[in-house]
Amino acid sequence: MLLLKIFFKNALRHKLRTGLTVLAIAIAMLAFGLLRTVIDAWHAGVEASSASRLVTRNSISIIFPLPLSYKDKIRQVDGVDIVSYGNWFGGIYIDEKNFFANFAVEPRTYLELYPEYVLSTEVHNAFLRDRKSFIAGRKLAAKYGWRIGDVITLKGTIFPGNWEFVLRGIYRGRHSSTDENQFLFHWDYLNEMIKKTSPGRADQVGFYMIGAKNPNLAAQVALSVDRAFQNSLAETLTETEKAFQMGFVSMSEAIITAIQLVSFVVIVIILAVVANTMAMTGRERAAEYSTFKALGFRGRHIAALIFGESLTITMAGCAAGMIATFPAATAFAKAVGTFFPVFNVDADTLYLDIAFSLTVGLLAAVVPTYRSLKTGIANGLRTVE
Amino acid sequence: MEKPPAIVEIRDLTKVYYRGNQIVPVLRDISFDIGQGEFLALMGPSGSGKSTLLNLIAGIDEPDSGTIKVGGIDITALPETELARWRAVHVGFIFQFYNLIPVLTAFENVELPLILTPLARNERKGHVEMALRVVNLADRMDHYPGQLSGGQQQRVAIARAIVTDPTILVADEPTGDLDRVSAEEIMDLIDRLNHESGKTIIMVTHDPRAARKAHIIRHLDKGYLNDASPQDIL
Repeated sequence: MLLLKIFFKNALRHKLRTGLTVLAIAIAMLAFGLLRTVIDAWHAGVEASSASRLVTRNSISIIFPLPLSYKDKIRQVDGVDIVSYGNWFGGIYIDEKNFFANFAVEPRTYLELYPEYVLSTEVHNAFLRDRKSFIAGRKLAAKYGWRIGDVITLKGTIFPGNWEFVLRGIYRGRHSSTDENQFLFHWDYLNEMIKKTSPGRADQVGFYMIGAKNPNLAAQVALSVDRAFQNSLAETLTETEKAFQMGFVSMSEAIITAIQLVSFVVIVIILAVVANTMAMTGRERAAEYSTFKALGFRGRHIAALIFGESLTITMAGCAAGMIATFPAATAFAKAVGTFFPVFNVDADTLYLDIAFSLTVGLLAAVVPTYRSLKTGIANGLRTVE
Repeated sequence: MEKPPAIVEIRDLTKVYYRGNQIVPVLRDISFDIGQGEFLALMGPSGSGKSTLLNLIAGIDEPDSGTIKVGGIDITALPETELARWRAVHVGFIFQFYNLIPVLTAFENVELPLILTPLARNERKGHVEMALRVVNLADRMDHYPGQLSGGQQQRVAIARAIVTDPTILVADEPTGDLDRVSAEEIMDLIDRLNHESGKTIIMVTHDPRAARKAHIIRHLDKGYLNDASPQDIL
């Protein structure tokens, strides 16, 4: 108990130095936590993917459409349960900076494929009934203050013109990882308008979403779908939703790698800061450690004192950093708007914070402990602080 | 007067220091005994080797050759772990700069060596209170070293040195950092420990007034030990 008291009290002997070190660790852990959360947010779509959902797109590129007629053929493929389809609409709400995902989808089958978008039966039916309606995620609606019945206009970029939609429902996510920033409207509405303005682009879809009867058969279903359209004018590429999302993430791989690198550099820097603090501490306490040894305390006692103090400082900084990560993440998510549909501080990030803090605390104590144990008692006693 | 049985037996002790490539002999072939209950003062000029000799007797430094037996145990043959255990039981240290742990109260500083013993908390408390009473600081047990005067801190250090009832007390310039009045108080206390409790005390000092309290004064010069009468030195 007395040794425990000593390393706690030792940690507070130089309040300014300890305070600054704890602050530095807290800031480092906050930065690390935020950077990890950004990386997680990038992968959120991948994490939220279902193993039984497949995405079929034009094999040349996602920007090339597929005929609507493929729908029935896909439905006939063995192992296919549900087929839905849609288009990336790419509409702008008031200003380009108000970015959010907006899709024209076949609503009945799409919502069947995405049970994690939770709507009441009443709202669900109201949405299906009204071809000009749309549903929005809870966060998106809250961000722009939309209420049921509001008429929202999106300026089309891929499909030019001003498009009016009536908000019929606000869905909430079943899981914390569910994207609550989506804007979904009727594909039929889009198609009808295209038929009027540019008939050549009508009856084309950007992608098919397929629900496999059994997730274990997903690979087989993907192969069968692509085989069905081999040598056609629009060959398909079918992959799991996870692989499809991963394709988008991998486009930003260089940025993600850079963020990852920076997050680890932060840890290395803080290791240097804590190691320096502990080295100064070790030098200042050389006479004290020698006194302990003269009194009969052994190397393990001295090691416990130094490691204990180092861990006390790092874990205090870690705790402060972890606590600060939550409000900082909320503020960050607010600042970047819907760029990251899901921006949650993951439990794994907190575990990494703890693991790295422990590692930093332990590594920073190694050199001062080694020096202290190697210093002869008589030499150490001669050291004057 | 009958000579007391030897508690410390030093034979053919040598110690050298290395300064770069240069070998500097500090102790040269030292042999002498210290009797049980004796109060020995080691004197000599700076660099004469008196502190080194004290450190060797206390088991916190290693000789290059020779043996030191304390209570029949050859401490020069003990491995470091055993030596640490031996120090905890047999040696009480009094340092020039007290060497108290500043984050611990006087009580806790005195309790420190007892942590290494199998004594229960209550038993430790009894021992600590008694040691602090001996040094007349029972009313300051909750004070931190920074709240005590130099003389009081040295008394706490003496309480810490005697709390385990060690075989020998080693004191390195115990009055070196004190004013004259405090120094006298400390020397009276050390003298009392020797007279009343029969503690064997080995003290290094520059101070002739402190040395006057000792039964025997030995003089070290350039690594050689000379027997000297107190009158010769003082």
